Amino acid sequence: MRFHFSLLLLVMAGLAVAFVPLPVPAITPQERTFEIDAHQFAYSPSELKVNTGDTITIQLVSADVVHGLYVYGYDISVEADPGQSATLTFVADKPGSFRFRCNITCGAMHPFMIGKLNVGSNSWLYRSIGLAALAVFGVTVSKKPKA
Amino acid sequence: MAKIELTRIPFIKNALKSRYPQLAVFIVMLIGYIFAILAGLIGTPVGSHNFSIVFVWIAWWAILILVAVPFFGRGWCAVCPIPLPGEWLQHGAVLSPPDKRPKWLNLRVPKMFRNIWLQNISYLLLALFSSVLLTTPNITGIVLAAMLFAAIGLSTVFERRAFCRYLCPVGGFIGLYSQTAPIELRIKDKQVCVTCEGKPCYNGSSAGYGCPWDVFPGGLTKNTYCGLCMECIRTCPHDNIAVNLRPFSADLAKPSTRMDEAFKAFIMLGSAIVYAGVLLGPWGMFKDAAYNVGSSAWFIYAIVFLAIIFVVLPGLFTLGILNTKNTLPLKQRFASLSTALIPLGLMFWVAFSLSFVLTNASYILAALSDPLGLGWNLFGTANAAWQPMLTSILAPAQTLALVVGLVWSARTAQKSANEAGTSSMPVVIYCFVATSLMLWLLL
Repeated sequence: MRFHFSLLLLVMAGLAVAFVPLPVPAITPQERTFEIDAHQFAYSPSELKVNTGDTITIQLVSADVVHGLYVYGYDISVEADPGQSATLTFVADKPGSFRFRCNITCGAMHPFMIGKLNVGSNSWLYRSIGLAALAVFGVTVSKKPKA
Repeated sequence: MAKIELTRIPFIKNALKSRYPQLAVFIVMLIGYIFAILAGLIGTPVGSHNFSIVFVWIAWWAILILVAVPFFGRGWCAVCPIPLPGEWLQHGAVLSPPDKRPKWLNLRVPKMFRNIWLQNISYLLLALFSSVLLTTPNITGIVLAAMLFAAIGLSTVFERRAFCRYLCPVGGFIGLYSQTAPIELRIKDKQVCVTCEGKPCYNGSSAGYGCPWDVFPGGLTKNTYCGLCMECIRTCPHDNIAVNLRPFSADLAKPSTRMDEAFKAFIMLGSAIVYAGVLLGPWGMFKDAAYNVGSSAWFIYAIVFLAIIFVVLPGLFTLGILNTKNTLPLKQRFASLSTALIPLGLMFWVAFSLSFVLTNASYILAALSDPLGLGWNLFGTANAAWQPMLTSILAPAQTLALVVGLVWSARTAQKSANEAGTSSMPVVIYCFVATSLMLWLLL
């Protein structure tokens, strides 16, 4: 009975850590422009940090072959020919951390040509580490299994 | 949960006892394997459009690490085509009952090699070149062919499946993680084996071959070295072999004390972390270093990779357990407590593979229609556009996998620590830190 109650408490705490909304600081949305240089097999810069609600313009400049840039979670993309640039504009209205990657086959390491877009804080990472800590706490305080 | 004997079900028992269902699967697998070699060697050099890359490193890998290993342990080894040609050559037969005369040298593998150090080395050799291997079809073709010929060569020199047991780079980690699987092959009654004359399960009989994995089933206590080939079910004259459904990670209750197995756990844990950072991270310089084999950057990458696996991870682990009060020698404690890293490593690989596989699975449709990249359109899917799958659930699924792995490892650490008479806290903290690092790399 006590074990089941403790388990229930842990599950509820886990759900709270995973899903309870966190206060979001009110920041006035801005317009931000990034020029991203794409070359086999990396973006430069490879990490972008913006605030939720910002309007983002990405100017993708390809240095060698045709490259693309597809943003996970937003499901939008842009392609740039060699030596040319192409522009992608969108509103970063979904908070979180999103990978972007090349979506035009550009050579051997193409599947791993990856960058990262952080919109606001990466709260899911902190929640996940919180869940991991909670799990360790649960295992540690529960009765140790017999050998 | 008690064990459930699956071989009590007549359909399952007959299917396992008969050679024909397994042979049918073997032949399909062997055709696929040889086609993967050919596709790698003569198909398009564009990896994402070549059968060898798409079906080996995306489709097969997904099935292996997300389904086969966690749920069926060495289930893949039961149908793996690599040892087949060598074994047929060794037996001088495909299906017919064996005669006892050896066809080739039939030597015993020297004692110094009867461990998994060679598998650790062969895995690391591939791991250091993995950026090229995973993306370059002709390299994949060459490596697949080399494994096939190595298995054939070893079958003509040594007895049984020497390649599978001592050299296969994949078999080493499948064996390690198969201990967590909810399936096992075990004897029913030990006394029956003790009094059994001739031990046909190990030595062979007119009903079948002696254990190809060089295991005496009567002594099996864990899955690591049982390849689920089912020969012992066919040869046991007393119907004393069972395939059981059991709780997950039942084998980990008795921790290993072998250093080769302990280091296998660190190798797999470390390579999952390195791959998550290098292949899935946003750092282009790491990818360049990993891909440009032979360059000075690659040598630095290789040294760092090996240092993480052989120095940093085991070193921190040793520091953690150094001051735990215990009478066991440190080496024994190290090997025993590192058992906890087995479920953690498996779930690291699951989390890493989820990202890699869901992102690239859409290439399977195109490669199915045009496996060599020659402009075919066999099933009308050759022009299927690349589209990542299930991206909205990827991060929660990875978190779930990693947290489950952490809980599983913490539980295993408690059992191993109980067994060794020491505290589990250093190992639990180590697992938590490693999990947090993996979360940071993946999310």
